[in-house]
Amino acid sequence: MTAYLLLLLSTALVNNVVLVKFLGLCPFMGVAKSMDSALGMGLATTFVITLACAATWMLEHWLLLPFDLAYLRILSFILVIAATVQFVEMVVKKSAPTLYQALGIYLPLITTNCAVLGVALLTAQESMGFAQTLVYGFGSALGFTLVMLMFAGLRERLALARVPAAFAGAPVSFILASLLALAFMGFAGLNF
Amino acid sequence: MLMAILSLTVLGSLLGLGLGIAARKFKVEGDPLVAEIEALMPGSNCGQCGFAGCPRLAAAIASGSAPVTACPPGGKALALALARKLGISIDLAAVADQGPRIATVAEDICIGCCRCTKVCPTDAILGAAKQIHNVIREACTGCGNCIDRCPTEAMALQPLPVTLQHWIWPKPLDGAALAPARG
Repeated sequence: MTAYLLLLLSTALVNNVVLVKFLGLCPFMGVAKSMDSALGMGLATTFVITLACAATWMLEHWLLLPFDLAYLRILSFILVIAATVQFVEMVVKKSAPTLYQALGIYLPLITTNCAVLGVALLTAQESMGFAQTLVYGFGSALGFTLVMLMFAGLRERLALARVPAAFAGAPVSFILASLLALAFMGFAGLNF
Repeated sequence: MLMAILSLTVLGSLLGLGLGIAARKFKVEGDPLVAEIEALMPGSNCGQCGFAGCPRLAAAIASGSAPVTACPPGGKALALALARKLGISIDLAAVADQGPRIATVAEDICIGCCRCTKVCPTDAILGAAKQIHNVIREACTGCGNCIDRCPTEAMALQPLPVTLQHWIWPKPLDGAALAPARG
């Protein structure tokens, strides 16, 4: 149990998917402009990453490894993740319209997000067990949501600040992102 | 090699089949009224009604949260058609109808900045940088998005000019309107 808790903590903070591994930067810069959209995107990504990790684990261990096809990993992972997300979108639209209203616009956006594919590939590379894969995926997604929310909150404050004209808009956001990444480097000192 | 081709083909076909069946099984029926209202609208998503595009306004009109007169490019004709479809009576005095209008470019002050071409929802404005722009009459819906964008005020909405292709016989005046003139 402790091992899983530590894994969760280390994926969410120490090996944060956005600020340490630099995956999923497009939603990080693009969507994290307001807390609402950041939270929606974060929840949708959490959902998709966890699901994608489970689906790709099955694919890896039941098809790719037995038939010695590990070189088809990226191709088949993209295929399975995209199909899974499409399927989930249909089911959610039918069974939970309110959830669809909240997550619906973000689901197609993250079908082929690099964070989703990256986390799935990492778990496959490190040949983790099923439960471990799930925790790893969920932890990474939690870290993603946390960073999205932090960044959105900071940018909402930043929108009110007086910024030199040359830095207004995207440049100051990039500086802010780099400062956040520096802050997250501090977690690298945590040794479990 | 053969195994790779085979497995990917089978995987792709199975996923495709699964998605196809799911699309049938989990199909969500949209409100048919919304689709009918949307079909009546200009469909250029110009945003003058304050909603994000024509589909959203159609949904708002169908649910009763927006008036049928909310679409400025649609004008009187659209308001009448919508009122007939929904079976409600409207006060047309609120709709200032100036007849169909389209955007025009004053060629002598157009500086060719291309700003109007970017906001046109129907791609009706023709022009390149530093070339005088022009409006394609058949494509312009008169939404007026380009008017505020022009830095030299060269864009204006004008009544649709009558050309040989557009001219029609005027409608005969009905008896009631003529009666006082006779007496």
